[in-house]
Amino acid sequence: MSRDSTAKVLTVAFLLCLICSILVSAAAVGLNSRQEQNKIQEKRKNILQAAGLYEEGRPIEAQFEKIQPRLVDLQQDAFSRDFDPITFDSRAAARDPETRYRIPPEQDLAKIKSRSRYKVVYLVMNNDGDLQQLILPVHGKGLWSTMYGFIALADDLSTINGFAFYEHGETPGLGGEIDNPAWKKQWPGKKVYGPSGETRIDVLKGTVDRASANAVYQVDGLAGATLTARGVGNLLRYWMGEDGYKPFLEKLKEEGVKP
Amino acid sequence: MSKAKDVFLDPLFNKNPIGLQILGICSALAVTSKLETVVAMCLAVTFVITGSNVSISLIRRQIPSNIRIIVEITIIATLVIIVDQFLQAYAFGISKQLSIFVGLIITNCIVLGRAEGFAMKNPPGLSFLDGVGNGLGYSLVLLLVAFFRELLGAGKLLGITILSTTNEGGWYLPNGLMLLPPSAFFIIGLLIWILRTWKTDQIEEEN
Repeated sequence: MSRDSTAKVLTVAFLLCLICSILVSAAAVGLNSRQEQNKIQEKRKNILQAAGLYEEGRPIEAQFEKIQPRLVDLQQDAFSRDFDPITFDSRAAARDPETRYRIPPEQDLAKIKSRSRYKVVYLVMNNDGDLQQLILPVHGKGLWSTMYGFIALADDLSTINGFAFYEHGETPGLGGEIDNPAWKKQWPGKKVYGPSGETRIDVLKGTVDRASANAVYQVDGLAGATLTARGVGNLLRYWMGEDGYKPFLEKLKEEGVKP
Repeated sequence: MSKAKDVFLDPLFNKNPIGLQILGICSALAVTSKLETVVAMCLAVTFVITGSNVSISLIRRQIPSNIRIIVEITIIATLVIIVDQFLQAYAFGISKQLSIFVGLIITNCIVLGRAEGFAMKNPPGLSFLDGVGNGLGYSLVLLLVAFFRELLGAGKLLGITILSTTNEGGWYLPNGLMLLPPSAFFIIGLLIWILRTWKTDQIEEEN
């Protein structure tokens, strides 16, 4: 068989593809469980970081002990025991007809079309059993990707203690700057809700006028990443709005956390 | 024996892939703001060049010439994906910082350049040395660039404070430009200047 004959070309191409695909899938499958473990750790670390509780160097499992995962039913706007919050997978639940909630298009600021009826939230309690912080998962579309993050609220359920994304596929250096510590530092202290309970939090295009009365509801945009920043603002206004956690938060404020 | 030595040592100074051939600049700009990520990047690139050189050299007589570039790229891409999977499993933090730049090793011209320019014509042993040599030549430049960028830009080396910066109460006012990619251009430019002052035969003739 000559080196440049069609048969040779096809044989070489076929064998090469076969060997390479075996190697790639072996690596992907063989390392999958370790990678998943890393992702869980990363997610927990992000929950801790959003709450401002993360300490460098201490094992994440130990630090995570003081955080209580709880399941919330957004239809009833109350805590629920329908599923185990530890194993509940809200991404899978957003696809499952049993637990899926289709977001009305005019409400769908986060551009996610449907979400799970149940969400896992994380409570940080102090020693007297009072709620100190509430950490809520949020997600929505950026420019290219769905961005997944956590927002931590103080005990007034309006002041932000921290906000960070743990998974996104935005452009490194532009939209990817949502991970930049300098940008994330702006969030603590901002308020989600105005005096009469309206959802006010937003990400501006450009910088916030610090002297303005609205500055407490506003965060600087990201230069070169207008659409990503707009996505962040929109997803927050969806999740913190009427179709998101707002009714649950109002009820929680009135009734307090029941065991 | 002397040929093997030349193949291995030439890429360090005499024929440095970044210094003489000006290849692989993309990653040299992108990942060099910290030494730690650079070390991971250098290991990854060295592994990929060496692996692709050896495997292409082994099958060089079988590869039909009209699909050789596709074959080379497929092998390189396979190695890069394997490296990426390993980083995600065993060095998750670094893999997050390197983000897409691990995947972009596929398009690093040095890798394809060595495969096409050396491994297609030489036996596996020499190709191995050429791969390691070029990986080290690339690493040498990246490490130097990252050394200056991290030291002058953040006052640190490998995350350890060397010059205490003003915003941590020290005396050193960090040079913010050093943390931005363009600073790598300046440093690489200066390195090439020094290299060509030392090895005058690398100076290109003016038109």
